[in-house]
Amino acid sequence: MKILVPVKRVVDANIKVRVKADGTGVETQNVKMSMNPFCEIAVEQAIRLKEAGKATEIIAVSCGVAQSQETLRTALAMGADRGILVETDVALEPLAIAKLLKAVVEKEQPGLVILGKQAIDNDCNQTGQMLAALLGWPQGTFISKLEMGDGSAEVTREIDGGLEVIKIKLPAIVTVDLRLNEPRYASLPNIMKAKKKPIETLKPDALGVDVNPRVVTLKVVEPPKRNAGVKVPDVKTLVEKLRNEAKVI
Amino acid sequence: MSVLVLAEHDNKEIKPSTLNTVTAAAKLGGDVVLLVAGQGCADAGAAAAKIKGVSKVLVADAPAYAHHLAENVAPLVVGLAPDYSHVLAPASTYGKNIMPRVAALLDVGQVSDISGIESPDTFVRPIYAGNAMATVQSKDKIKVITVRSTSFDAAPAEGGSAAVESAAAGADTGLTEFLRLESQKNERPELTTARIVISGGRGMQAGDNFKMLEAIADKLGAAVGASRAAVDAGFVPNDYQVGQTGKIVAPELYIAVGISGAIQHLAGMKDSKVIVAINKDEEAPIFQVADYGLVADLFKALPELTEELSK
Ligand SMILES: Cc1cc2nc3c(=O)[nH]c(=O)nc-3n(C[C@H](O)[C@H](O)[C@H](O)COP(=O)(O)OP(=O)(O)OC[C@H]3O[C@@H](n4cnc5c(N)ncnc54)[C@H](O)[C@@H]3O)c2cc1C
Ligand SMILES: Nc1ncnc2c1ncn2[C@@H]1O[C@H](COP(=O)(O)O)[C@@H](O)[C@H]1O
Repeated sequence: MKILVPVKRVVDANIKVRVKADGTGVETQNVKMSMNPFCEIAVEQAIRLKEAGKATEIIAVSCGVAQSQETLRTALAMGADRGILVETDVALEPLAIAKLLKAVVEKEQPGLVILGKQAIDNDCNQTGQMLAALLGWPQGTFISKLEMGDGSAEVTREIDGGLEVIKIKLPAIVTVDLRLNEPRYASLPNIMKAKKKPIETLKPDALGVDVNPRVVTLKVVEPPKRNAGVKVPDVKTLVEKLRNEAKVI
Repeated sequence: MSVLVLAEHDNKEIKPSTLNTVTAAAKLGGDVVLLVAGQGCADAGAAAAKIKGVSKVLVADAPAYAHHLAENVAPLVVGLAPDYSHVLAPASTYGKNIMPRVAALLDVGQVSDISGIESPDTFVRPIYAGNAMATVQSKDKIKVITVRSTSFDAAPAEGGSAAVESAAAGADTGLTEFLRLESQKNERPELTTARIVISGGRGMQAGDNFKMLEAIADKLGAAVGASRAAVDAGFVPNDYQVGQTGKIVAPELYIAVGISGAIQHLAGMKDSKVIVAINKDEEAPIFQVADYGLVADLFKALPELTEELSK
């Protein structure tokens, strides 16, 4: 069984983004870019399934600007077998990405697609569910556990009320949550090896997908600032302030 | 123009997040129609009819909807959607699971987690863990939206008298099977709607030490939350996590104990009215957003706090 892992290039999770003065977006020039942390977990899961003999090939796919190659190389260095870049300069939204991924799925025929639950730049949390809808496949979203069975998989979902266990028929889509695994670091020899692994480049037009945005960003601004308050010397003062000044207890 | 709201419920009661979503729906203008899809959900349907501002309730009662599986619920919503200008659901794990599936089947984009409404097609939403606010405009004919509950007041649960109609239910797609729910029953208020939240982080050192927070929570009628580090370490279950990828809370009072204040944690609580931080490191970033900061060892401060609150 082949596994497809869509990976996104985003501003590194440790960077505090700055809103551009002209209100068109956030500063991404000269800012460290990395693989979306949830996508790292997705890649790790695919590798573990391959190591356990439950998958034969891992294909990482990224949609976006040419530099997304770097993100694919990271996936290859971790252990993916080959990469596909769907290259475009258009700012892609989840529906367009899901359509591009559907075209890639139809070409590659994977038995499982593992996505991150959320991209930490747009915080959309949509792509996996949309891809599942377009393919008519079942979806296991926000998973913290995955057990492959015969023709199906059992997944544990992190939901607001606790954990939900469902069984999904294969082929299927899963989106991963933070506690599924701890992604590995790529070793230097593996980084070197990854340079020789193949990356195929495709264009949205060739895949027959219209990527024009449906939801346009009009402006981006800083959130309202929250100012630091006061330090209190002891617990007694804290309780006194909460009772008489803030009046919240 | 009418707005369809997919209600989150447990067949008996309507979840509070639905009430916030009704308020957002009412802001768009037009009629607000609530869809209650479940099994044996007549009680939830009746409760929905009493929500102020709701003009009609559609009840789809069938085995296929018993566990709110997206594969079954999405086609139901898609079938109803063409009669509406907007389809809304709370941005809870319930809404996040189902709505993108609805949007894709309708071939429209989704606007996730809106915190503001500028006009019927223009919305405000946080991006980059709330470090930026984007104003976006949807060009689609039907707008599919999830709503951030903490950004809209709850509609009154009583006072309405909407008509209840039944909606034609669909079959089970058979793609997915519900097996079980693993949840710890918790007598405390629910995290996302509690008036006071007290959360612990890695500084708590062990799950057992959360008893100290629980003692305070019981005195204050508060809910207990946690940072990701505390959940990852196994101190508390996953549904305690507050943050960018956990729950978004905005209580009257948020008390962060042994939490450093990473941007991903702040994303989930910085809209709280009053923030208290207890941390032994005076440089901890949490103090930059705290109204009241106490630099102290939590193992000393928490027992003192319990005692002081008893006075
Ligand atoms: C993609 C992604 C998503 C994430 N999503 C979330 C999320 O939703 N929610 C979330 O919380 N995090 C999230 N994180 C993790 C986040 O970056 C931080 O790692 C996490 O919030 C740290 O938790 P903490 O503050 O409990 O631990 P630490 O950062 O280790 O802080 C512990 C604090 O406890 C204090 N302390 C220790 N001992 C004591 C004592 N005895 N008395 C008083 N104070 C003490 C220390 O001074 C320190 O400030 C995410 C990260 C990524 C990459
Ligand atoms: N441009 C992209 N290229 C490849 N995969 C993507 C892209 N954008 C999103 N994804 C996948 O979809 C997941 C969820 O993203 P989102 O729906 O944008 O929050 C990510 O973790 C990726 O697995």
